[in-house]
Amino acid sequence: MSKNVSIKYALDWTTVFFYVALVFMGWISIYGASYEFDQSSIFDWNQRAGKQFVWILTAFVLGGMLLLVDYKMYNFFAYIIYAAIMLLLIVTIFIAPDIKGSRSWLVLGPISFQPAELAKMATALALSKFMSSYNYKLKNWKDLIPLALIVLLPFVLIVLQKETGSALVFAAFLLMFYREGMNGIILLLTLFAVLLFVIVIRFSIIPIQVDQGTLGIVLSMGLILLVQFVYAFFVTKHRKEASFLLLGTLGLTLISIVLNIWFKVNFDYVALFVVIASCIYWIFVELFNRFKKYWMLVLISIGSVVFCFSSDYLFDKVLEPHQQIRIKVLLNMENDLTGAGYNVNQSKIAIGSGGFWGKGFLNGTQTKLNYVPEQDTDFIFCTVGEEHGFWGSTLVLVVYWLLLMRLLRIAERQRETFNRVYAYCVASILFFHLMINVGMVLGIMPVIGIPLPFFSYGGSSLWGFTIMLFILLRLDASRLERMR
Amino acid sequence: MINDTLQNRRYVIAIIMSVVIVVYILRLFSIQIIETKYKEGAESNAFLRKTQFPPRGLIYDRNHTLLVYNKPAYDITCIMREIHDLDTLSFCRALNIDKKFFINRIAEIKDRKKNLGYSSYTPQVFMTQLDIEDIATIQQSMYKYPGFFIQNRTLRDYAFPNAAHVLGNIGEVSKRRIENDEYYKPGDYAGRDGIEYTYENTLRGVKGVEILLRDAKGRIKGKYKNGEKDILPIAGENLTLTLDIQLQILGEKLMSGKVGSIVAIEPSTGEILAMVSNPAFNPSILVGRQRSKNYIVLLNDPTKPLMNRATQAQYSPGSSFKPIQALVCQQMGGITEKTIFSCNGPESSPVKCTHHHGSPVSLLNAIEQSCNPYFWNAFRTTIEKDGYGVKNNIFRNNYDVWVDNVKSFGLGEKFTDSDIYEQSRGYIPTQKYYNKVYRSETGWRAITIRSNSIGQGEILATPLQLANAMSVIANMGYYITPHLNKSDSMKTKVHRSKVDEKYFPIVVEGMSRVFEFGTARLSKIEGIDMCGKTGTVQNSRGKDHSIFVGFAPRENPKIAIAVVVENAGFGSTYAAPVFSLLVEQYIKGKIERLELQDRVTNIVTNTNVKER
Ligand SMILES: [Zn+2]
Repeated sequence: MSKNVSIKYALDWTTVFFYVALVFMGWISIYGASYEFDQSSIFDWNQRAGKQFVWILTAFVLGGMLLLVDYKMYNFFAYIIYAAIMLLLIVTIFIAPDIKGSRSWLVLGPISFQPAELAKMATALALSKFMSSYNYKLKNWKDLIPLALIVLLPFVLIVLQKETGSALVFAAFLLMFYREGMNGIILLLTLFAVLLFVIVIRFSIIPIQVDQGTLGIVLSMGLILLVQFVYAFFVTKHRKEASFLLLGTLGLTLISIVLNIWFKVNFDYVALFVVIASCIYWIFVELFNRFKKYWMLVLISIGSVVFCFSSDYLFDKVLEPHQQIRIKVLLNMENDLTGAGYNVNQSKIAIGSGGFWGKGFLNGTQTKLNYVPEQDTDFIFCTVGEEHGFWGSTLVLVVYWLLLMRLLRIAERQRETFNRVYAYCVASILFFHLMINVGMVLGIMPVIGIPLPFFSYGGSSLWGFTIMLFILLRLDASRLERMR
Repeated sequence: MINDTLQNRRYVIAIIMSVVIVVYILRLFSIQIIETKYKEGAESNAFLRKTQFPPRGLIYDRNHTLLVYNKPAYDITCIMREIHDLDTLSFCRALNIDKKFFINRIAEIKDRKKNLGYSSYTPQVFMTQLDIEDIATIQQSMYKYPGFFIQNRTLRDYAFPNAAHVLGNIGEVSKRRIENDEYYKPGDYAGRDGIEYTYENTLRGVKGVEILLRDAKGRIKGKYKNGEKDILPIAGENLTLTLDIQLQILGEKLMSGKVGSIVAIEPSTGEILAMVSNPAFNPSILVGRQRSKNYIVLLNDPTKPLMNRATQAQYSPGSSFKPIQALVCQQMGGITEKTIFSCNGPESSPVKCTHHHGSPVSLLNAIEQSCNPYFWNAFRTTIEKDGYGVKNNIFRNNYDVWVDNVKSFGLGEKFTDSDIYEQSRGYIPTQKYYNKVYRSETGWRAITIRSNSIGQGEILATPLQLANAMSVIANMGYYITPHLNKSDSMKTKVHRSKVDEKYFPIVVEGMSRVFEFGTARLSKIEGIDMCGKTGTVQNSRGKDHSIFVGFAPRENPKIAIAVVVENAGFGSTYAAPVFSLLVEQYIKGKIERLELQDRVTNIVTNTNVKER
């Protein structure tokens, strides 16, 4: 009894408020999205809103129960929970029926469940436990390998279930790693790699001159040289060397353009030559001056060159055709509005037609008439955009933002590493889902089918996120218990 | 210690999260507030604007007999953007068309030169004016052909096979009409001739719009906002005509086998009681899909059945002009009712007389016997009465006055305030015309234009104008613009003739005598005092035109008629009995002289005239 009272005081009610607000808004939106013109009640069990209501109630009960568990249990059972879920993922691969090519759903009578939704929570627990263990250091190579394994195992299992989108979510842990000491360069490099990939793919179809190289390679090489220049000029402040790099690059470019009058110059190779020459140059600068500052730059440059020249290959050979098309659509390379571009175009139409005030609750035409695909799951944000307009969708984004900021605050007030790491895991995963899902609906991210947390229709994702959040709330509440 | 610096990384993470959310809000602002193309996209996606065509106004005759009504018809429309996976073969079979037609039609629709304002987003007319039988097969299986729709329309149907020229017909609107009137969209129908054209704006009503919601698969999911934004069509107004359909039917019957026309007017109101033009056709052959085929046939017929001879054909009035001449000459003081002239019969000069009668002749006898020399002398004394003057200016002035007087009978100009669409002007030659033809103001004198005295020469009049001139005489001095719409507002268009009322009785008496002792004595009806005048008009193409004009009864005239039978011969033989039978029908309500009726009906003057 006394424990219950303490939970009541120690619980972070602000987070609970945001959680309930999002779940409620999601429920209303699902009713709007699946509403047919022959009006039915929001509680109708046969309709999706009615089913979601049941999921919401059970999620509340589940959340309450998680709060009653002793906080030490989560730490204690972290690996066991992780192992159990991994086992479940493996079993799922073999026994799950094929639903639209995906083998991720466990069907138990009328209920189907996606264990992948629990894997995020389990991985977060395992990572927290490992990283809070005695004399663990992120910089230690021996410690990095198990860490990588903890993340890669569920990633691979989920890819095997043909849920590449859900698997990508595990990239979210990079944010948590960063907070826990990972070199910030890795975040920058990730961003740099995405940028190079986009440039190479986007401009690979534009030849400079027939059979003389593509704009993609030339631009990406230019970007690498720009990074070298900025590093030397602003970071190491070797302005003389930086200027020499600039002059050399311009000179070689000029020479190749002049030569092009008489010979057919392949500009791909010219660009490659310039980058390699610059690398050799930086090695000499390093060797003669003993700066010990350029090894990393040269390594990154060479890595980038390899990455760029293999991007095309990766894109064609590793990605599946439908994934290639989704990326091409996103990069405006493909304009087939009846095919791959249809979903995103319709989604933009639905949101765009909402205007400032929206069309009003249940008055959305695009979502009701099924123009938007997956309108109550992955594309649920369309309903908000169409029916509640700019102010409604902004409100939803602001509530998410408030929740994320609250979670960061909670994370930083934890005294135990386990709790803090776990809190960062939760914040990172929610953020990643939000970024990919809303970005996709707004047409600035490729189509990756992952749900909007607390919002999208479906018991698995709602339960998964609820469990993840309420474990955090329970851990957070314990900080007062400890003080007593 | 290291934890302290790492703690600051929470700000980096918070900034990353915040930046992404701000970017998304900006993106929302851009697509929801700045860009308009998404709103338009949503409109064309979800709303199917279905035009609701109003029923066209019905048309009745003066006795409220229904003449024209509507029957259901169907258009097949298509939205190009929505056509997919079409089984062309089964579609063509269901519509009973061949594949070549289908391909041509689609190409025509897409051709922006032929199809102004083509858009792949809006419904285009694929086939038009189909009967219920034509679409019976496809109606059940329409769902198999996404992008194609059935549009309910109405077609005209006719209670009688008569009055085609008066009623006009309906056809697809022309390109020019679409450009000039935004009411019309390609594929709409509109009145093409006759009163369907004149009263298009009242008959057509107002189109409505039904806004339907359409889902992503093209299925209709009901009305937008329960029809709150729909616009109901407003039915066209009904129209009551001045025609007496029984008189019209008789007129058309009597004209069968002949080329010519009849116009009958109620003098006191200007209401047109019958307007016959032969060769004619059944108006229902210009309805629906057969329209264009039949239209071509009518267009190429050498007897010109599409022409409304009653208002468009122009004839020299010949002797039927003499009553007007008599009136104008009295008014101008050239003659009085007591004036006599001598007549030498066929030996008269410069104008021969075609009849044998005593001499000298009085005005009364001249009208009764249609004496050409009398009217030549009357005309000459009238326009020469003040001499010729310097450069013939006095003569020419008097001629101008004569023209004005003649024109005041409604001759020589169109009835611009009438509701009759197709009219010819007729012609009363002006001073200017003669100055030009004879190359100077002094190049012509009364004798030069002597043909005018007996309604020959350059004078031209339509049957409508001739009937109207009879109205003036029946009314003793005025006419009301002849018209077809039986509305009181049409009766206010009174036009006074320049001839004083007092000059009329003698002319009326003369015209009455035509039936007692003159050229029409064989067409007399017991109990009805009729007034009339024959005309036998020479013309360059074949036999003389047979003309008869007149009105009846003499007191309180009820009907004024002009009858023209082309290339038939004497006016008294062909046109006069037609006049007589029409009067009998209209005044007595039935024909008692069935033998005469049959005889007139069976006369064939032109073997090329076909019954349609
Ligand atoms: Zn004579």
